[in-house]
Amino acid sequence: MAVTTPRPPALRPKRPSAPGELSKKVWATAVMWLLVVVYGFPVLWFLLSSFKPAGDLFSYPLTLFPKNPTIKGFTQAWTSFDVAQYFLNTLIVAVSATVLTIVASAACGYALAKYNSWWLRAFTICVLATTMLPAEVILSPLFLVVRDLGLYNNLAAVVVPAVITATGTFMFRQFFLTVPNDLLEAARIDGSGELSTFVRIMLPLSRPIMLTLAIFSFQWRWNDYIWPLIVLNDPNKFTLQIGVATIVGAENVNWSVLLGASVLSMIPLVAIYLIFQRYVMNADINAGLKD
Amino acid sequence: MVDSIHPPAEAPSIDVRRGPEPVRPRQRRWRLRRRNRYIAAPLVLISINLLLFVTFFVWPAVTGLVYSFTSYTGVGPAPYVGLDNYQRLLEDEAFYAALIRTLIFTAAVVPLTILLSLGTAVLLVTPYTKGKSLARVVFFLPWLISPIIAGVIWRWMFGENFGLVNYLIVSLGGEEVPWQSNANLSLFVVIIAAAWVNTAFNMLLFVAALKNVPTVYYEAASLDGAGSWAKFRNITLPAIAPTTFIVVLLSVLHSMKEYALIRALNEGGPGTANNLLVQYIYKTGFERAQIGYASAASFVLMLILMIVAVVQLSMNRRKES
Repeated sequence: MAVTTPRPPALRPKRPSAPGELSKKVWATAVMWLLVVVYGFPVLWFLLSSFKPAGDLFSYPLTLFPKNPTIKGFTQAWTSFDVAQYFLNTLIVAVSATVLTIVASAACGYALAKYNSWWLRAFTICVLATTMLPAEVILSPLFLVVRDLGLYNNLAAVVVPAVITATGTFMFRQFFLTVPNDLLEAARIDGSGELSTFVRIMLPLSRPIMLTLAIFSFQWRWNDYIWPLIVLNDPNKFTLQIGVATIVGAENVNWSVLLGASVLSMIPLVAIYLIFQRYVMNADINAGLKD
Repeated sequence: MVDSIHPPAEAPSIDVRRGPEPVRPRQRRWRLRRRNRYIAAPLVLISINLLLFVTFFVWPAVTGLVYSFTSYTGVGPAPYVGLDNYQRLLEDEAFYAALIRTLIFTAAVVPLTILLSLGTAVLLVTPYTKGKSLARVVFFLPWLISPIIAGVIWRWMFGENFGLVNYLIVSLGGEEVPWQSNANLSLFVVIIAAAWVNTAFNMLLFVAALKNVPTVYYEAASLDGAGSWAKFRNITLPAIAPTTFIVVLLSVLHSMKEYALIRALNEGGPGTANNLLVQYIYKTGFERAQIGYASAASFVLMLILMIVAVVQLSMNRRKES
């Protein structure tokens, strides 16, 4: 790994022929592009393979580009594996979980940032603990709780437990800590109620955080696997990830359909990312919690 | 950055009193009402999260602990068996195998992930590299791909008799490598895939941290004639230490509970050789319906994760003070 330090650009007069400077540039760029190939190639190979007809997938010699490009894998996946239904289910789960997550996280993060009492401090630690001890750890008892609540085999069972996230709550908490208290005091003096201050003044301020969390939350729920697998039983309610996993789990893996379904399931997130790239890349996620 | 790990010490006090005042009855009522409002408002604000926390965290944690002392199967009565489950667990070779495999996996993935995410982050921040905007998208791509699909992608690369990797090895004159049927090689592929998946998010954290290092330090060091490596070691690394700490902690916790990726890549195979802990818990709890026994295994995992978190937090505290 070539290690170069970030250096303030153009703070010093540029010395174009400075010895070492140019070779450093060449080396750093070369290493970066090598890594780009390493990270990008598996996806590229996967993508190109998905356009090959089923017969060509395993015929030697393997070629990078499909000789007879076809979209048969995609159409077959779409028709024979209920991908449309899985898409719809995943979309319902991801959108509703995202909306609820934003509402809950914004409210909770605001309370943790702007009010002070011992029980709020205690709850802050409780929220953090949910990161340390994720759902996977309490899988079977969590399942029993959901079953006892009558949510088994219901898409709500996937959505509701996922609404509380430490990452989201702390993203909002960090943000509201930076909002001056004077604003809050001014609103109080003007006689604005606490909750209406939150809804009318504070919430609109936090729009960038909302968008960032929306993308994060959508990604988490779109890519969830083990929890939906446990609480959903009816194939009509499967999410995309479970659907793809059932194709992988089959006795004879139908690679043509598998490649098609996989590529289709990636499209929404890649599209969202390309549109909202700067909200993800510039996110100063210093709460640094991952779900 | 580490701020979030500690309780909010600097949260401003709301109920500011300016010295002793004569309390008139009317003012008193007003203050009382104000105090109440400050209990009611935050309580309303945290109510959703509080409700969810109690329902989906405290409740299952408590019932899980209770069930771990029973031989509950999910239906019917839950006969109390005392410490029997834990005792059986200590003698269960499959559990030990899963635990050891999980520890090996974590020990390999975490350093590799840190190295790769820090490396890519540095390359994306340094002014020496060209073509950052495309590189950023490519490095970030694995975050958008779900663990299941990532598993499929790497399965497709490392297929034993159809994968590209073996095809290249064979056409270069080598022999087919048993990526799927050799337990250690399968784990190796899983480790590579996991590092590939986990890089993106940690890279994001490192990029944010690197951008926040004050540039004056570098200027001062340059004037003193420090080389790139010296600057990286003595300025960059200490400056981003809080982020590194969080990345290490989260990566360890994340690796300990890896499942989906392995499920799609090789199902913990060959056989059950690479079943990690969560897969073991899933199999005992949901395929064999031994909820009591699975709960006991869950609590061992929970204990390990808690120990990891506490040790790292206390190490971090000591370093800071």
